[in-house]
Amino acid sequence: MTGPRKGENESEDEAGGIAGPARREDEALLTGRAEYTDDLRDPDAAHLAFVRSEYGHAEIEGIDATAAAELEGVLGVYTWDDVAASESPGVLPSSTGSLDCEVPAHPVLARDRVRYQGQPIAAVVAENRYRARDAVDAVAVDYDPLEAVVDSVEATAEGAPTLFDGAPDNVAATTDQGDREATEDAFDDPENVVDIELENNRLISSALEPRAALAEYDAAEDRFTVTMTSQSPHGHRQKLAHTLGLSERQIRVISPSVGGGFGHKGHHHPGEAMAAWCARDLERPVKWTATRSENYLEGAHGRDHRTTAELAIDDDGAIRGLRVETHANVGGYGLDGGASMPGWYGGLLSSQYRIPAIHCETHAVFTNTAPVHSYRGAGRPEAIYVTERLVDVAARELGIDPVEFRRRNLIEPDQFPYETPVGASYDSGDYERGLEEALELADYDDLRARGRDRDDGRLRGVGVACYTESTGGGFESGVVRVHRDGGVTVSAGTHSHGQGHETTYANLVADVLEIPTDDIDVMEGDSDSIPTGTGTFGSRSTIVGGSAIVESAEAVLAKARRFAADRLEVEPDAVAYGDGEFSVRDGAESGSGSSADTVSFADVAGMAYGWGVPEDMDPGLEETTFYEPDGTAYTFGTHVAVVAIDPETGELELERYVAVDDCGERLEPTIVEGQVHGGVAQGIGQAVSERASYDGDGTLLTNSLDSYAVPRASHLPEIETGQTVTPSPRNPLGVKGIGEAGTIAAPPAVVNAVVDALAHLGVRHVDMPLTDEAIWRAIRDSK
Amino acid sequence: MTTHDIELTVNETEVELTVDSRTLLVHALREDLDYTGPKVGCESSKCGACTVELDGDAVKSCTVLAVQADGASVRTVEGFADGDDLHPIQQQFSAEHGLQCGYCTPGMVTTTKHLLESNPDPTREEIRTALKGNICRCTGYQNVVNAVESAAAALAAGEGESAPDDVELQTDYPTPGED
Amino acid sequence: MFPPHFDYHRASSIDDALDVLERHRDDDPRILAGGHSLLPDLKNGRASPDVLVDIGEIDGLRGIESGVDVESDTDHGTGQTAIGALTTYADVLESDHLERHAPVLTDATRVLADLQIRNRGTVGGNLTAAEPGADLPAAALAADATIHVRGPDGERTIDAGEFLGADGSESALGERELVTEIRVPPSPTGGYAKKTHPASGYAMVGVAAVLEIDTETIADARVAATGVLEHAVRLTAVEDALVGERVDEAIETAAERAGETIDPADARSDDHASGEFRVHLLSTYAAQALERAMEVDA
Repeated sequence: MTGPRKGENESEDEAGGIAGPARREDEALLTGRAEYTDDLRDPDAAHLAFVRSEYGHAEIEGIDATAAAELEGVLGVYTWDDVAASESPGVLPSSTGSLDCEVPAHPVLARDRVRYQGQPIAAVVAENRYRARDAVDAVAVDYDPLEAVVDSVEATAEGAPTLFDGAPDNVAATTDQGDREATEDAFDDPENVVDIELENNRLISSALEPRAALAEYDAAEDRFTVTMTSQSPHGHRQKLAHTLGLSERQIRVISPSVGGGFGHKGHHHPGEAMAAWCARDLERPVKWTATRSENYLEGAHGRDHRTTAELAIDDDGAIRGLRVETHANVGGYGLDGGASMPGWYGGLLSSQYRIPAIHCETHAVFTNTAPVHSYRGAGRPEAIYVTERLVDVAARELGIDPVEFRRRNLIEPDQFPYETPVGASYDSGDYERGLEEALELADYDDLRARGRDRDDGRLRGVGVACYTESTGGGFESGVVRVHRDGGVTVSAGTHSHGQGHETTYANLVADVLEIPTDDIDVMEGDSDSIPTGTGTFGSRSTIVGGSAIVESAEAVLAKARRFAADRLEVEPDAVAYGDGEFSVRDGAESGSGSSADTVSFADVAGMAYGWGVPEDMDPGLEETTFYEPDGTAYTFGTHVAVVAIDPETGELELERYVAVDDCGERLEPTIVEGQVHGGVAQGIGQAVSERASYDGDGTLLTNSLDSYAVPRASHLPEIETGQTVTPSPRNPLGVKGIGEAGTIAAPPAVVNAVVDALAHLGVRHVDMPLTDEAIWRAIRDSK
Repeated sequence: MTTHDIELTVNETEVELTVDSRTLLVHALREDLDYTGPKVGCESSKCGACTVELDGDAVKSCTVLAVQADGASVRTVEGFADGDDLHPIQQQFSAEHGLQCGYCTPGMVTTTKHLLESNPDPTREEIRTALKGNICRCTGYQNVVNAVESAAAALAAGEGESAPDDVELQTDYPTPGED
Repeated sequence: MFPPHFDYHRASSIDDALDVLERHRDDDPRILAGGHSLLPDLKNGRASPDVLVDIGEIDGLRGIESGVDVESDTDHGTGQTAIGALTTYADVLESDHLERHAPVLTDATRVLADLQIRNRGTVGGNLTAAEPGADLPAAALAADATIHVRGPDGERTIDAGEFLGADGSESALGERELVTEIRVPPSPTGGYAKKTHPASGYAMVGVAAVLEIDTETIADARVAATGVLEHAVRLTAVEDALVGERVDEAIETAAERAGETIDPADARSDDHASGEFRVHLLSTYAAQALERAMEVDA
């Protein structure tokens, strides 16, 4: 590994010069030296491109690839028939086994019907990407268009078009979370019931780097190397093995620098699998790089829930129960776990509140839209949005300040671990402290006192959202390998794509081993070199990968201590260690006069790999840990948005945004802060401008950055951050994940603020995105 | 197929190459000349990841034909550092944690250079407006704006002028691993 | 992402460009200037010409001159400002002369696209492509610009309204004609106000206004909008309501009439703004444009 090291920073700082780099990975990224998948040059590589469905729903009557195949420089044109005739199953693994229906999995190329616009129909491979595009244009597909349905509620209505014979009502699965009966009882005779109907808008993750792969096949070894844009190299190895009909040992997945993921690069799509398939067929390396529009068309998209929810409240403002019914759009196919994801989304519906009874019924519904899967937050933003909107509406209707209403219902610090009725076990928290911290930072009382109107004619509103976030599921591997000269290579099955693992992991190991970070390399993203792993998603890497690495480092140090004890001729517990040197602890009986006074870490490494290791010891200084936390860590916090609205035009300005997050211990405060900023930006994007929208025929209207509005610098406010620190007792580092907090908290905070500004007009709810027009209509319709 | 023999000066190195009429400058740079600093993030001139300097101006190299650039001088992000010393803009992007995945960064750095050449002491609002043609999906732009502010101060200080009053050049950035 | 095949010719002069256009008259030839409208169209399959004629290197088509023709440097004796077709947006913003004599163009260019595009995109290309929502067509209408073109039949001058198809008709630019310069009469007032589309950066609604003021009274007014229809359009009801009125009294009432002449059903609509909403916004942005025009005058 190259790049700046901790030691260098310190010296520069002392000299009073320009600040040192924040992260070890920065220099390569800043100079263009870092290699992303499409940057890799293989002079032999051919280029893959896809013919994609123009229609949202159609039978394919015929494919004429003759003209394309005859183009100079075109190496192959493939359809499903070619895949079917091969030894590969050619379908993407799906969670349909856990669903309520028997439906086919997503084929890499369409069999006879397309179920969403952009579904791959044919693959062409050519000498270069321009020629591949020519060939795509030269393939003629004869479609018989079918009636389409794109809305998850309409899809379940009587007479709606059906996507699969095996799911005649288009329902992939209906799932219950919580206790239906207890919840019915809670609503039996409540003094107050408040309800809401809302949409959680469909989003596109929009990582700036499109998906890409470079696939190579070694015929002699019958083995693939697929270099690809992956958040989860081992996960993709497993899925590629499924699609290609191979054993995992026959595939090496390498993930180099990755330009953002947000969930999208954890999913399995046809592109990478077809690149591998074609590489074998053509005995040539094959490269595939999606265009922006292709990435938008093929999905996977995120969110897209339609929900009705009710809250039952006592006269004294105590919440008695929460009842939710959601139609979750899963698109044209179940992609990976995409179709089963809605089944657990309700796990966070309790947010930060004591809610004795919760029931959530979720219908995962097929429609003629791109598959829907996890996008930064993945079910958690959807759940918190329901509760935080509903709580706000309830407070207003009860005539209680929304903050006061929240306070009355917060889970108390002494109630942890707290079991919610929807199966979540909150590990630790001090919710009121986070809330108060945010209110103080925002100067909430002052904002309230100043009221809605200012002399500039705009309407002000303040919105508060409390949240919890489940972080750190699954296991991870962490390896600490000490080389003969004392240098260390650290690896984990996670894969950084912006999160700065190289910095975080190196510092974690340097802290345990007390050696300079200069002596530590961090390696991720190679399924051959790293034992196994789960990947980077779900705000898990520091918790799970970090803990695995630290356990390995501690085990390495313990073994090193035993080597040192042998050299120092004392018992291991008489050995002290500091700053890379072992010595005899003060007061302990020292060894014979001939023994050394100190042994360095590097000396110990030399012993571990030298001739004649001590009798009672095994050679080597390397540890591998497979670590799974003792349960989920629940991040929490409170965000506050302050908005100003021009009632004439509906124009919204986010005047202030305050984020107070508690993710336990902050190992790298700078990186944590960056994650908060980024998450909030995407959450604001969902709240104010982003929506993937389809027309009734299943045509994606927002298929590029010309029409899908990701926030730009001028669209976003300054984000004011604060923190509380409540360590998690469920992992040795006391950390909780932070990657998704902003996407969870920002949408309800912003919507609550806008509704607060408009409440006096009788506006009770406005669906996201809060475009100028949406706000203008809300005002106009209230009159 | 029409091809053209063209000459470019890339990062002060003269190169000759043969391109198709339709080859975009970004592809000529990346694929023919192996300058992979400029990235491709969209096909509609919206994301700015491909931004390079063309005859001194920041432009989107996905919206220029390579043949149009015949005879021109191009600077990519690979040409910003002076030997091992990063350009002050690059230094400040790192110091302020103004990059995460890094994919937008070459374009951001290039646009920043152009902004600071025409406006050496921009306000935060001016910075945000100037970055309109560069999308970042990771940082929420806040640390990018901080980096541009700090770079402005660093460049001003480097030219022997005093740093603008309203910007503190960041020199006490927390070293990773502390706290 | 990948343009289709075409032959590329770099023209050395206007005559050379016209010659190439003539020779390839059956190949759907297109003029390439800055390329910032044409290349995105090629990449997205919206255009597939067989021949591109690059006029980008023709000397004399870039620059801003007062009272003389940009290319020939000859005095045209009108006191108009001539803007060469290849003048970039960045050039426009650097021209103090233009800011004084045609501030509506400067004001519109200030909020046009982004820094990189302003370095490369050209005034001639902008007006020729006349994308719905482009800022300069509205400014050109308000500025009472004329477009000077050269073609097989020689040189001619086209009124901006005809050139831009502001009445809904086809552009008056003929086949194999190319724009050489844009001329604007001097007007010290002018302003442009825009609601920027959050994704495309074009105008969701943009209004340009130029006023002629004679001792506190509005003697003439030219107000035009972009983003609302497929083409830029004059807001005649606003203009009528302004002329003859006192400057300090007329704006609000006149601006309220901005939407009068446009049927929301004809207006452009997308996921971010319906036709009805765009027409609604016209009044607000007309008022802002008029206020900016006054400010410039002051």
